[in-house]
Amino acid sequence: MTPGRQSPFGLALETAAAWLLAIVWVMPLVYAIWTAFHPSEFATRFALTAPLTLQNFRNAWDAAPFARYFLNTTLLVAMVLAVQLVLCTLAAYAFARFEFWGRDVAFILVLVQLMIMPEVLLVENYRTMSVLGILDTLPAIGLPYMASAFGIFLLRQTFKTIPKELEEAARVEGASALQILMKVYVPLAKPVYLAFALVSVSFHWNNFLWPLVVTNSVTSRPLTVGLQVFSSTDQGIDWSIITAATIMTTAPLLIAFLLFQRQFVQSFMRAGIR
Amino acid sequence: MSGEAAAMPASVTPAAAARLRASVQGWLLLLPAAALLALFTHYPTIATFWHSFFSTPKGARGSVFVGMDNYRQMIDDPIFWQVLKNNAYFALGTIPLSIGLALLMAVWVNGRLAGKGALRLAYFTPTVLPMIAVANIWLFFYTPQYGLFEQVVGAFGFTAPNFLGTKDTVLASLIVVAVWKEAGFFMIFYLAALQQMSPSLAEAAAIEGASRWYFFRRVTFPLLMPTTLFVLVNAIINSFRLVDHIVVMTKGGPDNASALLLYYVYEVGFRFWDSAYAAALTMVLLLMLGALAVGQFLFLDRKVHYR
Repeated sequence: MTPGRQSPFGLALETAAAWLLAIVWVMPLVYAIWTAFHPSEFATRFALTAPLTLQNFRNAWDAAPFARYFLNTTLLVAMVLAVQLVLCTLAAYAFARFEFWGRDVAFILVLVQLMIMPEVLLVENYRTMSVLGILDTLPAIGLPYMASAFGIFLLRQTFKTIPKELEEAARVEGASALQILMKVYVPLAKPVYLAFALVSVSFHWNNFLWPLVVTNSVTSRPLTVGLQVFSSTDQGIDWSIITAATIMTTAPLLIAFLLFQRQFVQSFMRAGIR
Repeated sequence: MSGEAAAMPASVTPAAAARLRASVQGWLLLLPAAALLALFTHYPTIATFWHSFFSTPKGARGSVFVGMDNYRQMIDDPIFWQVLKNNAYFALGTIPLSIGLALLMAVWVNGRLAGKGALRLAYFTPTVLPMIAVANIWLFFYTPQYGLFEQVVGAFGFTAPNFLGTKDTVLASLIVVAVWKEAGFFMIFYLAALQQMSPSLAEAAAIEGASRWYFFRRVTFPLLMPTTLFVLVNAIINSFRLVDHIVVMTKGGPDNASALLLYYVYEVGFRFWDSAYAAALTMVLLLMLGALAVGQFLFLDRKVHYR
């Protein structure tokens, strides 16, 4: 879209303003990366001659079980996404293509989770996990998020746009409901699955408050909680090391984002248009 | 159900049998998700309400019914009121600023400025970072006598205030962090809406000689209204939901000046282990989110988002 008239001077001014804002926006991250890759005496001093180093990363890696935290987060994210994909696909198919008793009420009850997200209910969910005897485990972190209202909603919208004729053709050939779902609906919704997967992975890689509450040992802590434990223990607050740890825990997601930024942005956009 | 249908073949028409089969299949497909939602969203919502009328079990003494005691305690609790006020200020500071910036960013990225791709990348990057990492980075900036702000202000011969250690500045400092983190996220929704807008509108406006600002004010902005409302609802939810940065940066201090409602729930529930009072506090949170849901239902054009 090319909006109305604009003088060249106005355009130049706007370009400058947009770039200024962009520089302000990336400054914090650039500054953190500077600190992480330089010796601590250069943490807040800018000199082109400052030597680059990976020592901060080495120190951080040795000071806390980050390898384990990486493993925990990877397992958590994969587990949550796998279950979400199955549950949300089935539920979305039901809402999109089946006329069943109580469907509209059930759909509203699903949408409740868009408003009341699991972290708001952490006191009661903690109690439930304790009754189930799974406190301080990866499933306890993931369970409240596995039936994602957002995922159900997104897939239902997509399934509804798929022509019914395709389904009827498959039915004539004798395909069952599940076969129709797997052969007709799922393949046609691929871009939406990608979008949902990216949103889900970045959400759970970054999630903090509920994992903080429900974990208390190295074997179940995800990266975010591990990072918090690492940077809040009194180790003489060495900002270079803390920043290095921060960059390190963020790096996989950040690098993936920089490599596939078009897909990321388009996925978030797709998830946003409802 | 299906056994019953088989037992009375004469009274069941084929259409009714098909309806029944669809009903059973529908529920079976929904069942796994519905069970988890019931266990971790609906049940805890009701249980919060129930437990807010009981006392916290202490040692040998179990939980007993105390009626409105937890709510009475809440009304007499100055920290509760402080936290509520903080949350209101935090929301009022964060929401208009991040939505305004998001709209500006989207218009710029969607326009014909040089280097649009790089601009979009710069605006969106904070969104992919975990709030906890963001908080660590900003904590470093705000550090007195050492951080980035001290360096900048110090260059002019002044001393930067202790941003996070002073009651007057702590909330504003957290608002800056939240806006930095969220504006790029909301930009995406505006960008999506702008790209769906018909280019013929702009062409017509150009022929009519409308200025850019006039076009934005009279055409673009009204057309973006559904997006603005959608973003607004999400921004309000986030202002209640996102407290990660408080755990890292201030722990609610100094003197509760930066504690938000959910952070207070966390503190009462998991640092003082008073689950009954935490339930009463959670009820306030749930009531606000409920009011938001009702408001959205009544005032938003549901067709825009939910059809």
